[in-house]
Amino acid sequence: MPESDDRVPPAVPLLSLQAASLRFGGIVALDEVSFDVQPHTIFGLIGPNGAGKTTAFNVITRLYRVDSGDVLFDGRSLLHTPPSGVVRHGIARTFQNVELFPTMTVLENTLVGAHTVSRFKREGAMRAKAAEVLDYVGIASVAKRPAAGLPFGTLKRIELARALVSEPRLVLLDEPAGGLNHEEVEALATFIQRLRDDLKITVLLVEHHMNLVMRISDHVHVLNFGRTIASGPPADVQRDPQVIEAYLGGELEAAS
Amino acid sequence: MSRGLVTRLGVIAVAAGIVIVLGFRLSDYHLGLGARIAIYFIAILGLNILTGYTGQISIGHGAFMAIGGYTTALMSYYHHTDLLLTLPLALAVCFVCGLAVGIPALRLSGVYLALATFALAVSIPQLPLKWSKWTGGSNGIRTFTSPGNNWLYRVCWICAGIAFVAAWLLLRGRTGRAFRSIRDSELAAASSGVSLPIYKTLAFGVSAAFAGVAGSLFVLVTNGYAQPNEFGVLLSLQLLIGAAVAGLGSLYGTIVGALFIGLLPQISTSVPLIGSGHGQDVVFGLIVILVMILLPNGVAGLLGAIDSRFKSAIKSDPTTS
Ligand SMILES: Nc1ncnc2c1ncn2[C@@H]1O[C@H](COP(=O)(O)OP(=O)(O)OP(=O)(O)O)[C@@H](O)[C@H]1O
Ligand SMILES: [Mg+2]
Repeated sequence: MPESDDRVPPAVPLLSLQAASLRFGGIVALDEVSFDVQPHTIFGLIGPNGAGKTTAFNVITRLYRVDSGDVLFDGRSLLHTPPSGVVRHGIARTFQNVELFPTMTVLENTLVGAHTVSRFKREGAMRAKAAEVLDYVGIASVAKRPAAGLPFGTLKRIELARALVSEPRLVLLDEPAGGLNHEEVEALATFIQRLRDDLKITVLLVEHHMNLVMRISDHVHVLNFGRTIASGPPADVQRDPQVIEAYLGGELEAAS
Repeated sequence: MSRGLVTRLGVIAVAAGIVIVLGFRLSDYHLGLGARIAIYFIAILGLNILTGYTGQISIGHGAFMAIGGYTTALMSYYHHTDLLLTLPLALAVCFVCGLAVGIPALRLSGVYLALATFALAVSIPQLPLKWSKWTGGSNGIRTFTSPGNNWLYRVCWICAGIAFVAAWLLLRGRTGRAFRSIRDSELAAASSGVSLPIYKTLAFGVSAAFAGVAGSLFVLVTNGYAQPNEFGVLLSLQLLIGAAVAGLGSLYGTIVGALFIGLLPQISTSVPLIGSGHGQDVVFGLIVILVMILLPNGVAGLLGAIDSRFKSAIKSDPTTS
């Protein structure tokens, strides 16, 4: 593939997908998807159901192997990193359907997130740090409870805590607003902005809550059936006819 | 110190006290039985690290006990090695064997892992028959010296104590959490930076090392004889039953699991009529089924249930707050 030199990026992207493709049998989950995530930004990744958003996350975190293309983090390919090595590079994630350690306490769940930064550290210091993060996400009061049986909103926050305690440079949030009520979504919006502004963490955000994405994202990238259909500032993307079409089509389907 | 820790230390102190007092009171025969229970305790601890904590089933731990046992018997027979020195040797040999089994086991899980480890339990104890020239075949091989029950009781329980502390130290912090995270969700564990290959293999190695020490001691309590049929499939199954009775993922239930598989054969033999002859196996099986139905989460699960009921009783009582 020839290099395209006509566009000089404003800075070295923190994360870069380069023509990443992945198919499952007959389904093309990702079709030559490329995008650059600039440091200290919130990057919204949207698209109708089955568009390939979660697949993109799984490709970045090495749970899936791309058929072709590349994933660069800080300019270096991630394709030879094992899944457990991704977080060591500074990429942490949450899961769409919540993947926790149900028999372990909330504090222990968070401490597992600190696995890569806790080698040769004192247990007491790590516990204090985990407790601090739990406090930051607002669930310090349930630290000693087992994760199983806690409300869904709390589970999502445990995942956030587990991701943040690893001191990531990039967090991938897969539908963090799923199942939250209006006020909680507002709080989440502020929270994600604080990740960017206070903690200097870059955020890759997958979300169906359009209002949230359009309001806080610096850049929005739209997938449909595994293909990029639009990419740009939220205001432009919202007006894009292809995007409107993709979402309207979805709505028509849902209505019929 | 937290209240939970004080309670636990108290329980351990009482248990240690009972073991010590019994050491002075028991008859020679019962000292031998007590030593066996300590051995089961060590083996179940090891199995629990793998199956209870890391979520990888093994029906093959009798095989690691056989390797440990034969290490002791062969070293003592051919080199007159001090019996106590053969214990760390068995530990090291079995640790390496455990790693060696753990690496191919990475590709297996659930029923397939169970079957693969079952194959180990069946095949490893047959190896001495193949090399009978050195191992004495089905007659077995005997250690150069064989200590008395008093010595055995002490040594076995000291080893059990060391094993318990070692397991506790290993499991309480970062490593133990990594093990449990794999059991709860491999996906989330890997994404949190826990290397599945490293920790699963490590769990196999450590678990086998415990079983190896148990196997060494096991040879000593059978008058120093290492014999293939002593390490059969039944032994592997007994260990798994013991771990299930103890409660998978609980160190404190282990003693009950060890008592269960150590004493139940004695008890089931003494059931009138049916318990004599082969009826004892029937009684043993029935009791195991009953316990599994009544205590699906083992003794640890039972204690947990009592504890939470106790706590909710306190909570609902308005006079205490
Ligand atoms: N492991 C898999 N095996 C087979 N097909 C898969 C697998 N993972 C994803 N797919 C398919 O790939 C496509 C993209 O799925 P993906 O989960 O990435 O969508 P998504 O954009 O996250 O959708 P949603 O908004 O519903 O979460 C879908 O058609 C899905 O069925
Ligand atoms: Mg998804």
